[in-house]
Amino acid sequence: MSGPAPEFKNPIVRWIDVRLPVFTFMHHEYRGFPVPKNLNYFWSFGGMAMVALIGMILTGIMLAMQYTPHVDHAFDSVERIMRDVNWGWLIRYIHMNGGSMFFIVVYIHIFRGLYYGSYKDPRELLWILGVVLFILMMATAFMGYVLPWGQMSFWGATVITNLFSAIPVVGDAIVTWLWGGFSVDNPTLNRFFSLHFLLPFAILGVVILHIAAMHVSGSNNPKGIEPKGPQDTVMFHPFMTAKDTVALIAFILVWAFFVFYAPNYMGHPDNYIPADPFSTPAHIVPEWYFLPFYGILRAFTADAFIYWPVAWLMTPKLMGVLAMFASLGLLAVLPWLDTSRVKSCSFRPIYKWLVIIFVLDVIFLGYLGGKPAEGWYVPASQWATFYYFVHFLVLTPLVGWFEKPKPLPTSISEPVLDTDSSK
Amino acid sequence: MKKTIITLTSVVILSLGLATQANASETAKPPAEEWSWTGYFGSFDRPSAQRGLQVYAEVCASCHGLKRIAYRNLSDLGYSVEDIKSFAAEYEVEDGPNTEGEMFMRAAKPSDSFVSPFANDEEAIAINGALPPDLSLIVKARAGGEGHIGINFIKWMAGRGTASGADYIYHLLTGYIDEDDLEAAIKSGDLPHDFELVEGKSINKWFPGHNITMVAPVDDDAVEYEDGTEATKEQVSRDIATFLAWASEPELEKRKSVGIKAILFLFVLLGLFIAVKRRMWANIKH
Repeated sequence: MSGPAPEFKNPIVRWIDVRLPVFTFMHHEYRGFPVPKNLNYFWSFGGMAMVALIGMILTGIMLAMQYTPHVDHAFDSVERIMRDVNWGWLIRYIHMNGGSMFFIVVYIHIFRGLYYGSYKDPRELLWILGVVLFILMMATAFMGYVLPWGQMSFWGATVITNLFSAIPVVGDAIVTWLWGGFSVDNPTLNRFFSLHFLLPFAILGVVILHIAAMHVSGSNNPKGIEPKGPQDTVMFHPFMTAKDTVALIAFILVWAFFVFYAPNYMGHPDNYIPADPFSTPAHIVPEWYFLPFYGILRAFTADAFIYWPVAWLMTPKLMGVLAMFASLGLLAVLPWLDTSRVKSCSFRPIYKWLVIIFVLDVIFLGYLGGKPAEGWYVPASQWATFYYFVHFLVLTPLVGWFEKPKPLPTSISEPVLDTDSSK
Repeated sequence: MKKTIITLTSVVILSLGLATQANASETAKPPAEEWSWTGYFGSFDRPSAQRGLQVYAEVCASCHGLKRIAYRNLSDLGYSVEDIKSFAAEYEVEDGPNTEGEMFMRAAKPSDSFVSPFANDEEAIAINGALPPDLSLIVKARAGGEGHIGINFIKWMAGRGTASGADYIYHLLTGYIDEDDLEAAIKSGDLPHDFELVEGKSINKWFPGHNITMVAPVDDDAVEYEDGTEATKEQVSRDIATFLAWASEPELEKRKSVGIKAILFLFVLLGLFIAVKRRMWANIKH
């Protein structure tokens, strides 16, 4: 996989490399790392997520220098950052919108994996590490949203931490333990701040494992067939770095647009009202990137048809919580639920549409998650939740058996060399 | 290639569409007004904001605080250091302890925050019957979006920002309904059929629930403008909304002007790197 050992001209670089071969390592892993040459721009979203993570860590460290994690001062200290700290508004808006940007690129990154079968042999562990990253991100984002101590911070924290009270017998004790008291209060804010600072570095660690695993199996590609030789690949550097740079600048452009022209679009106005434990907002909604899962959670009402089968066993609240966690857990076992050996949906005429319908279902769940639990929203979210699970547990295994895939090309470069259109 | 970009764009827009849900308000949305600070190049209308300060000081300040704004911040609105000093000096703040260990009152300085009318929330509630919210962030906190999901997305992308909060302030102040007009207002649909006036409250078309503790604060000639502008109810409401929009987002003008430069720079950079990438991939069949 790696090319010949590099000769470094710079004597300092050589001196270091003999003692600690970081330069040789970088050379082998990037200049000597072959990637399929047919990657499209969907493959740039991992790099974008990395840039988002680094941007979040850097702005986050700067915000932490000015932020005060105390119920009496948190809101004021954030407003002080916005008004009196030099360029504080810029740092804070980058961070605030960066959370949403991070989720947008990660959702597209996950969609890429689903559509092109990037989770299949030999990349199962790479995929599972990705699911772990997704869950860590959600935990980090949730705790970060609590820190400004606005109304939605407080009530969001109250609703979400209360979920654990659904656990039989020990639920209430767990919630008290999580809060560090008998309601969301100063100890809760303090520990959320501590963990919000810690978790991004845990994410960074898992990202390194995620990338290491990717460097073992190599990238998947839109055709979903493994490269057969050098004619199918290009070196990561300089070819993919050139391509990824274009994607990264486009990404930063979108991010900058929101920071400068619509910084509050993805936030909630109620979070500019200081937290008040005695006044509940009319509708408590989590940040938009949680809405699909919030939709699943709320779908389990006492009269929901998806709850009947387990009604003898548990409360609807517990079922909702379990379903929400299961919806993430199913992603992790997807490599074993999908029975087809063909990776890319380009060659799977039926599953291709199932993936697209699944994505629409998730978006629909997100829409419903943001609506009050009334009227047609309630049965709609129950059916959308039902479909979410049917997709993974029934359709995905079943379609893999009976679907007749289109003929696969013999190699990545074949359609190009044959001057035949790839479709 | 083209197909990928189209797919990507639609996926991104779909994901962004989700985000609108988080800030779309459920109650009736007041109509959108024209404001000077919207769009990519918008800036605060200085004379209007200055008149708004006068309205705040003479009307709102008797109940509402503005504690996140310091007197020195008024230089943003075009006031000189001398103006600010004399304006601040009209207010008294508690300072201390002095060398004797006593707290004392002194005239406010430009570095002080706007003095709140009540010592604490409890006093404010005891006197007013409800808490008059501090107005420093009121425009941002009432920016309930632009209604329909698609229109909301387009307006935010066009740089309208939190102007829906200013729309709300303007219409709240002009949306009071006289008790004698109650029947007519219900007939015309301004109020719901099941509306019931709570004893001691005022009726407002745009306030959630329509029963508002604040009595109509502005009427025609509520203030006498120093610059001679006719102080109609609408004019006064516009001016205070403009002033409060500035108070909510004092960084807005700098944000937008830095934004233009940043976006232009990134566009040029993007163009250059597209060229680099094409050159690099020119000889690769894929």
